[in-house]
Amino acid sequence: MEEKINVTLKVWRQTSPNEPGFFEIIEANDISTDASFLEMLDVVNERLLDIDREPIAFESDCREGICGTCGLMINGQAHGPEKATATCQLHMRTFKNGDNIIIEPWRADAFPIIKDLVVDRSPFDEIIESGGYISVNSGAAAEANQIPVPKEVADTAFDAAACIGCGACVAACPNSAAQLFTAAKIQHLNLLPQGQAERYNRAESMIEKMEEFFGTCTNHGECESACPKEISIDFIAWTNRDFIKSKLRNPKKANYK
Amino acid sequence: MLNFELNPNIPTGDLEEKWQNHKFASQLVSPNNKRQFEVIVVGTGLAGASAAASLGELGYKVKSFTYNDSARRAHSIAAQGGINASKNYKNDGDSTYRLFYDTIKGGDYRSREANVYRLAEVSTSIIDQCVAQGVPFAREYGGLLDNRSFGGAQVSRTFYARGQTGQQLLLGAYSALMRQVAAKNVELHTRSEMLELVVHDGRAVGVVVRDLLTGQVSSHSAHCVVLATGGYGNVYYLSTNAMMCNASAIWRAHKKGAAFANPCYTQIHPTCIPAGEDFQSKLTLMSESLRNDGRVWVPRDFDEARSPADIPEDERDYYLETKYPAFGNLVPRDVASRNAKTVVDQGRGVGSLKNGVYLDFSDALGRDGEDTIRGKYGNLFDIYQRITGEDPYKHPMRIYPATHYTMGGLWVDYNLMSNLPGLFVVGEANFSDHGANRLGASALMQGLADGYFILPYTLGNYLSNHLGEAKVSDREPAFKQAESKVDSGTKRYLSNMGTKSIDHFHRELGKIVWDYIGMSRNRAGLERALSDIPALAHEFQKDMKILGSADGLNQSLEKAGRVADFFELAQLMAKDALEREESCGGHFREEHQTPEGEALRHDDDFSFASAWEWTGDPKKAKLHKEDLNFEFVTPTQRSYK
Ligand SMILES: Cc1cc2nc3c(=O)[nH]c(=O)nc-3n(C[C@H](O)[C@H](O)[C@H](O)COP(=O)(O)OP(=O)(O)OC[C@H]3O[C@@H](n4cnc5c(N)ncnc54)[C@H](O)[C@@H]3O)c2cc1C
Ligand code: SF4
Ligand code: FES
Repeated sequence: MEEKINVTLKVWRQTSPNEPGFFEIIEANDISTDASFLEMLDVVNERLLDIDREPIAFESDCREGICGTCGLMINGQAHGPEKATATCQLHMRTFKNGDNIIIEPWRADAFPIIKDLVVDRSPFDEIIESGGYISVNSGAAAEANQIPVPKEVADTAFDAAACIGCGACVAACPNSAAQLFTAAKIQHLNLLPQGQAERYNRAESMIEKMEEFFGTCTNHGECESACPKEISIDFIAWTNRDFIKSKLRNPKKANYK
Repeated sequence: MLNFELNPNIPTGDLEEKWQNHKFASQLVSPNNKRQFEVIVVGTGLAGASAAASLGELGYKVKSFTYNDSARRAHSIAAQGGINASKNYKNDGDSTYRLFYDTIKGGDYRSREANVYRLAEVSTSIIDQCVAQGVPFAREYGGLLDNRSFGGAQVSRTFYARGQTGQQLLLGAYSALMRQVAAKNVELHTRSEMLELVVHDGRAVGVVVRDLLTGQVSSHSAHCVVLATGGYGNVYYLSTNAMMCNASAIWRAHKKGAAFANPCYTQIHPTCIPAGEDFQSKLTLMSESLRNDGRVWVPRDFDEARSPADIPEDERDYYLETKYPAFGNLVPRDVASRNAKTVVDQGRGVGSLKNGVYLDFSDALGRDGEDTIRGKYGNLFDIYQRITGEDPYKHPMRIYPATHYTMGGLWVDYNLMSNLPGLFVVGEANFSDHGANRLGASALMQGLADGYFILPYTLGNYLSNHLGEAKVSDREPAFKQAESKVDSGTKRYLSNMGTKSIDHFHRELGKIVWDYIGMSRNRAGLERALSDIPALAHEFQKDMKILGSADGLNQSLEKAGRVADFFELAQLMAKDALEREESCGGHFREEHQTPEGEALRHDDDFSFASAWEWTGDPKKAKLHKEDLNFEFVTPTQRSYK
């Protein structure tokens, strides 16, 4: 049943990348428990505007947990307290009247803050650019059913492909490592027969690109529990295996299977 | 001189030969020469990413723009249900011709035969391409691709990837795009919003773009411009579109001379979660694949207060099954939507606001078991439960129609080029293939057909006529004028001393558009819209309030320009709906219906696409007509009985 609740927000405000930021305390009263977390912020923003204060900058697009645009640290948890839930899917019925809610942007050196709760996640795109594809030009594809893919292989590849690129794994990691994202992207393609030709090059170049930006994985596993798509850390282990094999092979010869 | 002759440039020959003939007759650009040509692609959704990637692969120098922070995140990512292709893997009678026929008929005979046939023809290559890219489509135990029937089709031709088909297709197109970025064939500009199209000597030669992080306004010139900027469903404020979707790119191109076609053809999707209160920011689609196994009903009794499980079978009205025995719950979207509106308007709606109908899975759960149903729809059921707090495995879902797709868009010929030479329009942004109503799983198909397989040929043909020509300099007055227009707009918005937020006005506009240019339209309502919208627009211009500055991230400022454009577009929608004195597909004029309450077309008078010319005032837009000639199929009255 819908209720109205009052919550106290402690929100990170920062006018630009180089300005120091600070926490602003905002009383958010009369919030419907049927509202989503971001709709609560919409309401707060309308009220801020009314009293001539600039609205809080935050990002969202699909608001249904699929695009990966949103992403807030809520009480120290990436995407908030609900398991397998992106920030935009969180509803105010998760909170109680009188709750204090601390809202921060992703914190990671590789994701500089742009304004308030908005960060720059472009290093993820650079990782993809370094090898997150299968090289096939438009028109060059074989008939789709020519290569059967066992259902369990397709399903596991899908589990990896479900990553929405939100960056919560990085934000949750004490080392700001991006292993979960990168491994998900690599394994989606490396598991499929179509991805075999570039399998080892892909693992090598994407991992090396990742290391230019992000910290080192020390197996905390925080990423997996923060991930809204429940991407499994098994993919990290498989990726490490591909990476090591890649390092051991002679890339010019077919001697690495 | 602007050209409004609207020649569709349909190739001659039999339907099956047109595209082959056209490709053969098209001039080619040699690999060396391709490098001399620069192409701007605005938008990195399915249509834009596939186009930019394919053009990059061919060797053109491509500049690609998106307002999203990454090319992986366009609105396309949210498509759930699937993508059609006439592979006939199920051996159930599908063929290019049948997909063509279904699409033409589904569009209520308001699209071009030649375009639609070509779409059906290239559909199979799309699946090949996507599988090769690593798109993890659903498979059967033998490892071959699975298909399902979707949205009213009597054959199983829909390929899907759980409930996340759009995501997986977009990730495929995005990966192809990023490969071209790595190869330096594509220069990608994220968080960059195109605010003006630049026209020089009657040709599209570039764009003016605002960097959303720094506020910097810059000019970019090229040999031609491709808009792949999506649909305008957010004119309704509440829709299933992503929050940032907007019409500004195509609207501003329209104001530079591109004809806007069929703006009143909008699609209201039958299966969405009903709206709640005023804070509601968007609506969530429950994929229509759910109608394969879910049964739609409302209580017979107007004052029904029992929970659904307690309502006996004979007191339920499975109104679609009764009224349309052949298609039942799988009637096309417009029919399903209008029937839901009818029962809700009668007062038989369900839920606390009485604004929905039930979509009930109990039969399917009993027949196939929970595991099977979870396998098919698990993530959709999760979405529903998260939003409503109700468990659809136990209680029927509550659904209601919501704006979902816009068939209208910029007019294009067979080459996907608008009436402005050098301006190509692909994906949902154009008006091309869906007529007055789009079939389920056909938008993804169209966006990728345009980008991977059609534009690369037709654009080459255009450029081959401009071999050796340098691109127009971005120091030409046309660019400077466009830049200063952007600057002065920004200044005006920021200096406005109003009292209300942009969202406030957008929400109010949306209510008018939904009430009068929504599922069901009539003359009085449309005339009302044509007086209410300008009045509200006036208030918007006077009373909007935006804080902050122009030289950094300012989300309210971004929205202001988009909403200003929606105000103008909404008026053109109303005008178009008023002039079209017939019902067809998603455009239902109450004055024009059969005795059974179905859409009644008037082919003698309205078998044309309406293409509007901007005259300075959307209410005074000038109508041009492209006649639709049916050489290969005979338009019939749609009947799903
Ligand atoms: C919830 C939902 C589910 C759907 N499910 C299905 C389905 O199952 N099957 C199906 O076939 N169709 C489905 N559709 C429809 C389909 O998803 C869309 O029609 C299609 O994805 C549109 O693709 P597009 O590339 O044309 O545009 P979009 O994906 O909307 O991309 C537009 C791009 O343009 C950019 N852009 C726009 N304006 C500017 C500007 N001014 N400057 C810079 N960049 C700009 C954006 O950043 C974005 O990159 C669904 C739609 C919705 C809303
Ligand atoms: S792995 Fe999970 S947390 Fe990390 S980017 Fe992907 S979806 Fe987000
Ligand atoms: S806004 Fe798209 S995942 Fe949250």
